[in-house]
Amino acid sequence: MKALLQLIRPGDWLVLAFAVSFAAALAPLALSGGAADKAVVKRDGTIVAALPLSAAKRIEVAGPLGVTTIEVQPGRARVAADPGPRQYCVRQGWLTQANSIAICAPNHVSLALVGRTSSHDTLAY
Amino acid sequence: MTRSPIELTPTADDHRIARYAAAAIALSVVEAAIPSPLPGVKPGLANIITLVVLARYGWREAIWVSLLRVVAGSLLLGQFLAPGFFLSLAGAVFSLAVLGFAMHLPARWFGPVSQSLFAAFAHIAGQLVVARLWLVPHDGLFYLVPVFALAALVFGLANGLAAARLLQTGKS
Repeated sequence: MKALLQLIRPGDWLVLAFAVSFAAALAPLALSGGAADKAVVKRDGTIVAALPLSAAKRIEVAGPLGVTTIEVQPGRARVAADPGPRQYCVRQGWLTQANSIAICAPNHVSLALVGRTSSHDTLAY
Repeated sequence: MTRSPIELTPTADDHRIARYAAAAIALSVVEAAIPSPLPGVKPGLANIITLVVLARYGWREAIWVSLLRVVAGSLLLGQFLAPGFFLSLAGAVFSLAVLGFAMHLPARWFGPVSQSLFAAFAHIAGQLVVARLWLVPHDGLFYLVPVFALAALVFGLANGLAAARLLQTGKS
């Protein structure tokens, strides 16, 4: 190990540090494949709204049971309120990753985040 | 027997280049047996030879050895003129260009490790340029950049250390 370290000259450390920071700086790019950039709200399988995740917005979608409120903030989205009995989609909280989905089945409303890459072609529920 | 009208008399330089190129080709062939999760992510062991030649005999000979290795190595592996050949050619050309600059860094401070890192990053840059322009004309390719950068970092360091070690033993 010591013999190996002797092979590295002072400037090499500098170059190495630079290379490490360069590779580290690029790392988020690998993870951003999973970042979402759009929230797609559907009712009965048809798209009601596709909201960019860049600006905060609230929309209301009317379903058979009542009104489901979708809230979008930069980088995330959630179902803020839903008339469904068990509140599963509300309790899922904020969605941040692409391909994550909150389904308010009783009210026929779904909120899905889509990114640049989609992990599946379609979802049936 | 009639004498052939064309006679090639290899010089000592030619023999030396051929010897080093042969070593580099052997390393590429060995390396081809190592499974890789992504095309393009390879240790690039042959670059150790390029670095040694660069340090001992200069840039011109390093170019010869490196390009001979790319062409002959791809012939041996059945990759000649296949996409993989152009990727390694682009990588080799970019590396050699960058090495042409990196070799003039003060040797007291910057050794083979620096050169190897520069070459490794230049190599992936060259490959990415060719891949983006020709093979995968889609920006989705750039999501692989971090993986390539990590490979360049690890293998660049390892190859640089190997070259530095070889040059050290060659001296003493």
